[in-house]
Amino acid sequence: MVDKNEYKGVWVFAEQRRGQLHNVSFELLGKGRELADKLQTELSAVLLGYNIKSKAQELIAHGADKVYLVDNEKLKDFNDEIYAKVLADIAQQYKPEIILAGATAVGRAFIPRVSIRLNAGLTADCTAFELDLQERNLYQIRPAFGGSLMAKIITPERRPQMATARYKVFKPLPADNSRKGEIIEPQIKEDSFKTRAQFIEFIEEVETTINISEADIIVSGGRGIGSKENFKLVKDLAEAIGGAVGASRAAVDSGWISYSHQVGQTGKTVCPRIYIACGISGAVQHLAGMQSSDIIIAINKDPDAPIFSVAKFGIVGDLFQILPAITEKLKKR
Amino acid sequence: MKIVVCIKQVPDTTDIKVDPETGTLKRETAGTVMNPFDMYAVEEGLRIKEKIGGTVSVLTMGPPMAKEIIKVAIGMGVDEGYLLTDPKLAGSDTWATSYALSKAIQKIGFDIVLFGKQAIDGDTAQVGPSTAEYLDIPCITWVKKIREINEKEIIAERMMEDGVDVVKSPLPVALTVVKEINEPRLESLKGKMRAKKYEPITMDLAAIGGDETKVGLKYSPTRVKQTWSAKREPGKAEMLTGEPDEIAEKLLNKLKELGCLK
Ligand SMILES: Cc1cc2nc3c(=O)[nH]c(=O)nc-3n(C[C@H](O)[C@H](O)[C@H](O)COP(=O)(O)OP(=O)(O)OC[C@H]3O[C@@H](n4cnc5c(N)ncnc54)[C@H](O)[C@@H]3O)c2cc1C
Ligand SMILES: Nc1ncnc2c1ncn2[C@@H]1O[C@H](COP(=O)(O)O)[C@@H](O)[C@H]1O
Repeated sequence: MVDKNEYKGVWVFAEQRRGQLHNVSFELLGKGRELADKLQTELSAVLLGYNIKSKAQELIAHGADKVYLVDNEKLKDFNDEIYAKVLADIAQQYKPEIILAGATAVGRAFIPRVSIRLNAGLTADCTAFELDLQERNLYQIRPAFGGSLMAKIITPERRPQMATARYKVFKPLPADNSRKGEIIEPQIKEDSFKTRAQFIEFIEEVETTINISEADIIVSGGRGIGSKENFKLVKDLAEAIGGAVGASRAAVDSGWISYSHQVGQTGKTVCPRIYIACGISGAVQHLAGMQSSDIIIAINKDPDAPIFSVAKFGIVGDLFQILPAITEKLKKR
Repeated sequence: MKIVVCIKQVPDTTDIKVDPETGTLKRETAGTVMNPFDMYAVEEGLRIKEKIGGTVSVLTMGPPMAKEIIKVAIGMGVDEGYLLTDPKLAGSDTWATSYALSKAIQKIGFDIVLFGKQAIDGDTAQVGPSTAEYLDIPCITWVKKIREINEKEIIAERMMEDGVDVVKSPLPVALTVVKEINEPRLESLKGKMRAKKYEPITMDLAAIGGDETKVGLKYSPTRVKQTWSAKREPGKAEMLTGEPDEIAEKLLNKLKELGCLK
């Protein structure tokens, strides 16, 4: 059992890749600010990297009161062991009550190691946070079972309370460059920089299409598209509206489009502003990857297709007539 | 070379039903299968063995019925299966599960430990890296390709959001694999025959020297406070009707009103 009163402050792990801060860090600072204010405590960002001092002010501008900065050559490229040891080392020294990180490839790889080192609970891939101010417990809300079930998780006895959170769910605060904050460079144990696994190289995705995880608009095609040739209808609409192309597993398995476009439980989780589902029935596994999109538009000839239950706008009809009509109208604008 | 693959039994998501009253999962009605991602881990274990030799063991922690998925792995060709089962383990979260698995893996002996990317019930993806931390070994997550492997070290490609990180690690090592890594083989006829009669090696908490105060619902740091069905009510969608041209016009106007289009 830990003395919960020893633990204070909300922390956000500020993720960077090759010196660029990941947007999820700003989103979490936005949410973190709200949590810290309600708890009447401070919001801090933890920034690990090499030659990244200049990024600390960006974090302060987006809501951090403090930035714990470790600038070390060993932190240049992502390394699970070193990142885990360094973050755990800082947390042991300064004892935050909450640590949030993005549910990204980086966050989900090393945060579990941190939680073991800190003897703390960890909740994955949250989409909402609430507070029980009495007990200072964080309600960590997340989808499970491919999104068909929501769960509210608490970590009643231990501190820090740790969670990874999905990106594009929380809103960043607008940058306020006049904000002042403190930059702290903690002492790190020499041992924390030791590692067995070595980063060798980074290979950028060769695919030239827009990464669907990042896209603001996605036009997705399913089995209803019918063939590889017909997928052009989806691509044309995506191009006209300035979006990326997504697909259901049925479309990917049929070989109409590559796996990197697959949305859903075994594909990518996306959260764009607009998601247009064309000829997709809306199986739970597909919904799991896209149901938190802002505006879902479903085009399907079957009025009973489950996709309509998550849609904001529904169009019952033949996509072979409707898609070209929308593309045409968009081009004329 | 000792290869251990962690596999989990999960509800078959094609027929998941949520109790509308309580919002909890109706586990009784759901069939069970091996977690789909773990099939790729088993396959990769077999491929590593084919390349550099050794034995492949699968390990699952769960109720006695989890035996079923060990049989599937035997059918695919693994050498042996371990079932870690104990009422004391019930309700373990990822922190506690990883602890128990790490104790069992130490008992079995290991050079390479393989995990699926995530289990499709909890979707946490935490058990692989957490178990590696307990074992105090490196973990390469999201592996889509093993470039090189020998008795001493491995070079693997891991899938990140922006591309691929290539990582080198000495053994022992843990890997979590994504579905791009391979195409899992089907159970062979010979394998199925062996599976029919196969009895997994069963271990309880005492057998792995596990600490009772680190497992089970009671000692798990996280608690599920509440669950509810995420199904949205049907009929909420605003339907756009008319000729295709009219529909297109209506849709674009709606998006314009919402500030999504200029
Ligand atoms: C473990 C597991 C993981 C899975 N992971 C994923 C995943 O990550 N992503 C995923 O997408 N799926 C996944 N699936 C598969 C999922 O269960 C569905 O099979 C799949 O999503 C169906 O794809 P679909 O909607 O394109 O096809 P269908 O279900 O066949 O739907 C096609 C739809 O198109 C409509 N249609 C046909 N013709 C037209 C037309 N001319 N005009 C308008 N509409 C038309 C039909 O009415 C129908 O609703 C997974 C399944 C399992 C078991
Ligand atoms: N009870 C379990 N028994 C064996 N392996 C497990 C168990 N739970 C999780 N795993 C392994 O850990 C991976 C990640 O699971 P999770 O963290 O629950 O998403 C799975 O793909 C399995 O390889």
